Amino acid sequence: MSFKSPRIVITGVGLTAPNGNTLSEFRQNLLNGVGGIEKREIRYMGELLAGVCHYDALKYQTKKELRVGTRAGSISIYCAREAVADSKIDFAAFPKDRIGIYVGTTEHGNVETENEVYAISKFNYDTKYWSHYHNPRTVSNNPAGEVSLNLGITGPAYTVGAACAAGNLGLIHAAQMLRLGEVDLAICGGVSESIHTFGIFAGFKSQNALASHPDPLKASRPFDKARNGIVISEGGALYTLERLDDALARGAKIYGEIGGYCVNSDASDYVLPNPGRQAECVKKALANARLAPRDIHIVNTHATATPMGDIQECEAIRAVFGEGCPDTYINNTKSYIGHCMGAAGALELAGNLPSFDDLVVHPTINVDDLDPQCALPGLVLNHPKKVGKVDAILNNSFGMLGINSTLIVKRFLP
Amino acid sequence: MTKDETKQVVLDIIADIAPDEDISNLKPDVRLRDQMQLDSMDFLDIVMELRKRHGIEVPEADYIHLASLDSCADYLTPKFTALGK
Repeated sequence: MSFKSPRIVITGVGLTAPNGNTLSEFRQNLLNGVGGIEKREIRYMGELLAGVCHYDALKYQTKKELRVGTRAGSISIYCAREAVADSKIDFAAFPKDRIGIYVGTTEHGNVETENEVYAISKFNYDTKYWSHYHNPRTVSNNPAGEVSLNLGITGPAYTVGAACAAGNLGLIHAAQMLRLGEVDLAICGGVSESIHTFGIFAGFKSQNALASHPDPLKASRPFDKARNGIVISEGGALYTLERLDDALARGAKIYGEIGGYCVNSDASDYVLPNPGRQAECVKKALANARLAPRDIHIVNTHATATPMGDIQECEAIRAVFGEGCPDTYINNTKSYIGHCMGAAGALELAGNLPSFDDLVVHPTINVDDLDPQCALPGLVLNHPKKVGKVDAILNNSFGMLGINSTLIVKRFLP
Repeated sequence: MTKDETKQVVLDIIADIAPDEDISNLKPDVRLRDQMQLDSMDFLDIVMELRKRHGIEVPEADYIHLASLDSCADYLTPKFTALGK
């Protein structure tokens, strides 16, 4: 049996990041070295550093919808609406049962559960004060379901749980569903509301993996010798994906084409990364895209600024891109916005997509003293780099329980 | 507590659970659901807020008494009085 897999393209982008609420604002800040980390009061823990989004939540939701829904739902709605508007698709006329919503999440439900436990603590833990909204707020599909409610979409709407690889997974899963013909338009990517749960902060703190720095904007510093952990952030990036024929038929702007991908598992530890499996994931994604390492012009690293994690990812990247890749440049977005968890992969891809047009690679900032163990060839440090060619972007996103994802997006060529 | 004061208690709760609605002209003798967007979860909000803010319990069988501002006042005022409010 022969099956010609349909080509899948990106036709719209909607995002909110700690340093921007549109792709153009986000991109400009990445080129200008403008980050978005601030001090924030975290329940039980005091003042910590976090990446906070400042989008206009009332742009697409009523006050009541905000009260009833979740932060992840709100971020998803904002990003979905922005992506649909950006795609310029005739949404009113589009069959709503042919649209799929696939939202990657690291976790969901911690925020609301913590809030309810805190609320009933004021009533001597009497559970009759537990909110009737707890279940609809904490079901795993909540963020995608809120988008379906807000936009009247009646096709499949669910989340893809994949720890911090989830942003890539949302896109990959959407591409698969489009190829299978399950839907005709996909709204996909990843979101995170994790700064609203103390548990995520406390967990990383207990793991000795939470960043600290007197200057919030200097706290997230992947590859720098003085890096001391993760800055936790919220955010979201959702895309519209379509089959190429559909996008061409309506004259859509095409940001790029899904070139290939791989998702694999370490099967080695709950938390510790596995460079061998990460390298395997990258190699399989390249094979899937029918590309050689030298064909990749931007590698977005997952590096979260933990002392060991960065070194291990660099080991994986060196194993694939270490030699014979003179036109491969490597960067990192977490140095600006911290770790947006389930949104990370999707947001970081968005920050690099404009490179297809301007041929500029945004840098990794906050590298005052490069760790020699992270000194990869092609690493773009502190200043943007104008390059000769950007035809393929490779986006790494890894997560706990050993899930690895690599997504390759190619310049669209008819 | 007078019936008018009871109505104000209910209006204060409704203002919080339906923040987009103009509640300045609600007719006291007309069902709330006929005058504004309120679903069953919103009514549970009213029940919960009466419990949290005022220590008043409304059994499920009595939810019908929360239909309008007038019926709320008739039903809830004796409960406030019983609590010494």
